[in-house]
Amino acid sequence: MRKVLMKGNEAIGEAAIRAGCLNYFAYPITPQSEVAEYLSHRMPEVGGVFLQGESEVAVGYMIFGASGCGERVFTTSSSPGISLMSEAISYIASAQCPAVFVNIIRGGPGLGGILPSQGDYFQATKGGGHGDYRLLVMAPASVQEAVEMVMEAFPLAEKYRNPVMILGDGLIGQMMEPVEFPEHLSSKPTNKDDWATTGMDTRKSDKPNVVKTLFLDAKVLNNLNLTLKAKYDRMKKEEVRYEPYNIDSDYKVLIVSYGTMSRVCKTAVDNLKEEGFEVGMIRPQTLFPFPETAINEAAGKKSCKTVVSIEMSMGQMVEDVERSVLGKRPVEWYGKCGGEVPTPEEVMEVLREFGK
Amino acid sequence: MGKTFEKPEALSDAHTHYCPGCTHGIIHRLVAEVIDELGVRKRTVGIAPVGCAVLAYNYFTCDFQEAAHGRAPAMATGIKRVRPDLIVFTYQGDGDLASIGMGEIIHAANRGEKFVTIFVNNAVYGMTGGQMAPTTMPGQRTTTSPAGRNVEEVGMPIKVANLLAALQTPAYITRQSVLKPKHIIQAKKAIKKAFTYQIEKKCFSLVEVISTCPTNWGLTPVESIKWAEETLLPYYELGELKTPE
Ligand SMILES: Cc1ncc(C[n+]2csc(CCOP(=O)(O)OP(=O)(O)O)c2C)c(N)n1
Ligand code: SF4
Repeated sequence: MRKVLMKGNEAIGEAAIRAGCLNYFAYPITPQSEVAEYLSHRMPEVGGVFLQGESEVAVGYMIFGASGCGERVFTTSSSPGISLMSEAISYIASAQCPAVFVNIIRGGPGLGGILPSQGDYFQATKGGGHGDYRLLVMAPASVQEAVEMVMEAFPLAEKYRNPVMILGDGLIGQMMEPVEFPEHLSSKPTNKDDWATTGMDTRKSDKPNVVKTLFLDAKVLNNLNLTLKAKYDRMKKEEVRYEPYNIDSDYKVLIVSYGTMSRVCKTAVDNLKEEGFEVGMIRPQTLFPFPETAINEAAGKKSCKTVVSIEMSMGQMVEDVERSVLGKRPVEWYGKCGGEVPTPEEVMEVLREFGK
Repeated sequence: MGKTFEKPEALSDAHTHYCPGCTHGIIHRLVAEVIDELGVRKRTVGIAPVGCAVLAYNYFTCDFQEAAHGRAPAMATGIKRVRPDLIVFTYQGDGDLASIGMGEIIHAANRGEKFVTIFVNNAVYGMTGGQMAPTTMPGQRTTTSPAGRNVEEVGMPIKVANLLAALQTPAYITRQSVLKPKHIIQAKKAIKKAFTYQIEKKCFSLVEVISTCPTNWGLTPVESIKWAEETLLPYYELGELKTPE
């Protein structure tokens, strides 16, 4: 397919359609309302469902209802909206239904601002909603990668019967970049006969399917949590993704950075290389599961003196980096939030400092 | 002689967890009879609320989803939009629908979502131990209004069916009760009408059902019926509030 120039938000909407997801429910919020605007005309064109819900709370449960029927469904929102959906996300994880949530993060807390941020790292990777659940979290660094991740997210959500979150920032959503769309996904959701409320006449068995999250018996609830944990452990084994950068050099400093921030870091790494100062980078593409082993090994390289987590948040991912490095090297943090993306020069300055 | 009375196919054999004299069971039965009579059990999805009816899926023999507190109409919307061929009903109490879930029910009704809501109004929060509901009567004592509902402080009870009937979108909105046999016969007719409108893809329907909660009213089942007739029915008048025609 040829490349087309597209805004991130619109490309995300188109990618979902090409992933065979013809059901979209959403509530407008900057900086991702273009997804809804795009799909409000695109979904009817392809015979899909587009509905603007009355709130993110309601949208969360529209997603739950639809995914409980075993249909591919997704929504997009930004930080305050994801906070409101977090209740439903916890229920969907508990009921073991597949669904895809896209968070185009804006600055927080509170109403915050509408500029790019990575302030929802904790919310996405550690909870947001209540209870012992996890999301599979993918973090694109370009419009192209956003498209690919959205298209992979649906089969992954179905594989694990668990919500998947695409964690982008305002820049990914707003940026225009050339994209090449992969072939339409041909796989369909499978195995829904065992659990989804598809209507009994669509199935062989005469047993009603019940999608629920109430388990009053302590043993039964513990078992559910063990089942969920086993899925999250399997994700840790099978779904870790990251991109190493300049990792074959004898780097003095190792950066861990993701999304938009990692692009700035790449430029800084390139510029510093010209000065003769080697910096390596691990870019997590999945934030949960986190590339712990890769970071641990990269931190252990002889030349490496320091590991630094560079993020557009006030030190969130750094906790996972510390957890990965396991004390092998000092772990530092650098970041900014509020909407200003650190410049390559600022990052270089910081790296020179840490490299001393 | 043939059988004259039997359990609807849409009801299971599970033992009820509802308290003695609670009218939730009657309403379940009416819904099940209607599902049987219309022959839609195998393409029906019910949605259980958070409230005493949270376990409704134990009693029905069709597919079920269990909502979070108040969110059943949003879930029903999700299901109905992606699978318009399914027959969908929500079954909700007054705390669930008229308090925490008021936004969802108004917007679902206003969009004209083609599902049925059975709204069980027992003027109290049953499951959590008899706290005040938006439908609690003036002066009615509950565990959070020990001196009786003070309307100066918390306003008058909400007449949900009237509120929804005021929307401009066509709908079937009715208030029924299951206190006396004659009420039960009428209530079943209304529920059947509501499901039929859905099968015909006509409109959203809400059947409000005045119900009892002997446990939290602190009354015997017989006293409960009397109290409901004397106190609730004059305020919550029965009848058709809106039809789609
Ligand atoms: C978000 C949330 N808040 C509060 C509760 C606690 N809760 C459970 S049932 C209920 C009230 C149910 O009352 P009602 O809807 O009137 O149904 P009834 O039990 O009377 O049939 C409440 C407040 C909850 N489960 N979830
Ligand atoms: S608490 Fe009230 S509403 Fe709940 S089952 Fe008992 S009588 Fe019925």
